[in-house]
Amino acid sequence: MLRLFLSTLFLLLALVAPSLAQSDPKALIDALGKADFKQAEDLIGQIAASGDPRVVPALNAFGDGDLYARKSDGAVFITKPAGANLALIDPLSGESVGEAPKGALNKLKINNTLRRVLRAATGGLTLMSPDRAARLSAADAVLRAPSAENLALLETALAKEADREVKARMEEARAASVLVSDRSIEEKNAAIDTIARIGGRDAISLLLTASATMDPGLKPAVNAAVARIQTTLAFWDMGQNVWYGLSLGSVLLLAAIGLAITFGVMGIINMAHGEMVMLGAYSTYVVQEAIRTSAPHLFDWSLAIALPVAFLVTAAVGLVIERGVIRFLYGRPLETLLATWGISLVLQQLVRSIFGPTNREVGNPSWMSGAFQLGEMQVTWNRLWIVVFSLSIFIGLLVLMKRSAFGLQMRAVTQNRRMASSMGIRTPWVDAFTFALGSGIAGIAGVALSQIDNVSPNLGQSYIIDSFMVVVFGGVGNLWGTLVGALSLGVLNKFLEPWTGAVLGKILVLVLIILFIQKRPRGLFALKGRAVEA
Amino acid sequence: MITSFILRALEGRIVMTVAVLAAVALAIPASNLLLSPDSALHVPTYAMSLMGKYLCYALLALALDLVWGYCGILSLGHGAFFALGGYAMGMYLMRQIGSRGVYGNPLLPDFMVFLNWKELPWFWHGFDMFWFAMLMVVVVPGLLAFVFGWFAFRSRVNGVYLSIITQAMTYALMLSFFRNDMGFGGNNGLTDYKEILGFSVQADGTRAVLFALSALMLALCLVLASAITRSKFGKVLVGVRDAESRVRFLGFRVENIKLFTFVVSAMMAGIAGALFVPQVGIINPGEFAPANSIEVVVWTAVGGRGTLIGPIIGAVLVNGGKSFFTGAFPELWLYALGALFIGVTLFLPKGIVGTVQSVLAARRAVKAAAGRDASENDDRAPSQVQAAE
Repeated sequence: MLRLFLSTLFLLLALVAPSLAQSDPKALIDALGKADFKQAEDLIGQIAASGDPRVVPALNAFGDGDLYARKSDGAVFITKPAGANLALIDPLSGESVGEAPKGALNKLKINNTLRRVLRAATGGLTLMSPDRAARLSAADAVLRAPSAENLALLETALAKEADREVKARMEEARAASVLVSDRSIEEKNAAIDTIARIGGRDAISLLLTASATMDPGLKPAVNAAVARIQTTLAFWDMGQNVWYGLSLGSVLLLAAIGLAITFGVMGIINMAHGEMVMLGAYSTYVVQEAIRTSAPHLFDWSLAIALPVAFLVTAAVGLVIERGVIRFLYGRPLETLLATWGISLVLQQLVRSIFGPTNREVGNPSWMSGAFQLGEMQVTWNRLWIVVFSLSIFIGLLVLMKRSAFGLQMRAVTQNRRMASSMGIRTPWVDAFTFALGSGIAGIAGVALSQIDNVSPNLGQSYIIDSFMVVVFGGVGNLWGTLVGALSLGVLNKFLEPWTGAVLGKILVLVLIILFIQKRPRGLFALKGRAVEA
Repeated sequence: MITSFILRALEGRIVMTVAVLAAVALAIPASNLLLSPDSALHVPTYAMSLMGKYLCYALLALALDLVWGYCGILSLGHGAFFALGGYAMGMYLMRQIGSRGVYGNPLLPDFMVFLNWKELPWFWHGFDMFWFAMLMVVVVPGLLAFVFGWFAFRSRVNGVYLSIITQAMTYALMLSFFRNDMGFGGNNGLTDYKEILGFSVQADGTRAVLFALSALMLALCLVLASAITRSKFGKVLVGVRDAESRVRFLGFRVENIKLFTFVVSAMMAGIAGALFVPQVGIINPGEFAPANSIEVVVWTAVGGRGTLIGPIIGAVLVNGGKSFFTGAFPELWLYALGALFIGVTLFLPKGIVGTVQSVLAARRAVKAAAGRDASENDDRAPSQVQAAE
């Protein structure tokens, strides 16, 4: 019995002895070959504590499962597959030391706990790297997996660090490590503050993990910090929702703004409006195809080229529709509805015959793809550009209506057709060009919408009801109403969505609009005066 | 009083149409059931179901004509009332499947078992009884029309605005019926019916009865609509259409007049939907699509609004054309329909029946004028003779 006990003790000592006796990295790494998970954890800590940057490849290899121990002498090597054999690489020098068959080697086992420890350890080791990016990512690694072992190393690195950004990141990493160490309460309090300043969901989880093992006296501080971060997060969430809402609103604005002219200003219930948007999107497709085949280097400019093309195409179609059909129907609004619906069917089928019923691929230019981070918010470039684009169309249109001779004539004809005619304005042409303008703007909208929606013959159908809702909600005959209507419907929709889901949110918005129309039959910004009864 | 109300409806054209419908209701089922399939006059079952479908559409167009042609309310949401009536019928038919469904659940329709629902939602109760379902066929669309119209007509939402919010209504209903959570079978709707009142829905006899019922119901609603429009109330109705403010100033409650008409029309649409579903064998949220409702408007416009007979003719013609085109030239159907929309509004604003009527009226006027001229000449002749003397 005693012998057994002694021999076990001896064995244990033999195992632990090297780690106690020496801090030679080579010996420590070799010891890994015989260690179980728990011991390996300690060993990794000691290897990291050596502060020798040469051990990093070995630790990385351990994490990747490429570290093997030779059965004959227990020496540990980094390996690479070389045919049936494994190429052996010295863990410290990185020199090749021959090959060995797989049977002669034992793979060092690894689990997730060890991987985490390894990440922290390598993070700590590269903290001193001369490469700035390496130091930054090392600090990040420590921040993600803080451990008390790294603390000393981190503080040495901090003292030497000159770069401001890296230093700030290291401070944060240090704070995270302090939280899980056995430092004093004051130091931990300061660390909690530092982490609370980082903010974000990661910081919350850092604090909560650390607080599990922490002195209960620190609990209030942690809770306060978490609450503070959550308030900020809620604020950013709100910001993100508003942004999504504005983005949806700007899409609605784009779709509706042409209708605000044809329906809002001229009083034509233009059911073919959605098809103008669709034609604009298909113009973009045709322009992009032409560029792809003949001048691929211009691809980033494709949208800029498509804009005037789409405007001209749809304005021309609009002109033909007005001269061919609508001018015979002035004063019979409900019948224009039927005729334009017929036109929309014909246009849809025409596009289907030419381009086929399936979706067409319209590419994003490089400056419209990707996203950037704003605080805790994700902002995609194409959404940002669409917001900018729709607002600039709106402003351009407003200037045209208020500042140009054409705009003046347009408003004159809308307000009092006979008087305008007596003053020498050629009202039929003003009608025709106003309709063409509205259609052209719908076409431009189609260029933008081709970037975020499927380009198919049914594209227009999906926007037509929304567009009418926006114009009616905002108030007919008022561009500002359309702007406010579109943006508020967009934001309302996005704020309802988290509670109700997308479809129900949309239904609720429709019901709200129906109810709103009962209250204010002429929309948000109603025209006053005699025009109302017309 | 009721008899005089009905009798006044029976003007020449209406009597003729009712007679034609009654003849159709007898002849086509008879030829389907009695004649041998080889006979030249035999109507195959699919053709009879197709024509039954047209009759349901005709009833829907008639309902729309009542509000649009006589009251000036262009509803772009009549498809919603039609579909609601259809869903009420569909729910009855689903309950009749009983344990013969794929999952064999005696109480729950298949789609509910599939969605792992444990009990019947409250609004499905009672639909196992035929009388209750038939009551709901008129009550549900009528109630929706009442609530919607109550708000809309009171706040004087008119013309284009009303059209757009009716469209929003049917669009919102479509979106809701597409949701599985609503409990109406979501995307797939209600289908796979087995029997109605114990008769198999597939059997020729059942189909023949359904066809005859559609024709008779159409005739009945036609008489009712005619009675309404030819009564004193009908005169006020036309007044509301042509000069709403004036009628209001004369002391009529315009909103109540509109509301009554709107509700009656919605109920007719519901009946049309209920007759439609067993003949077609399915009802799904696609029936709520705004495009469908707009198509109904074009049937009415083609036939001639404000004529009651016109929408029936329009619905049968346009749908017959649709069946022909989608079979023979599927590519061309949308062009044809689009051209029809444009052509009718530009060249036939009164529709087929309206144009024929005005041509006939013009000819009568010419004849009358010619007759008057002739008689005036006769009158004048002696005086001229006298003058000559």
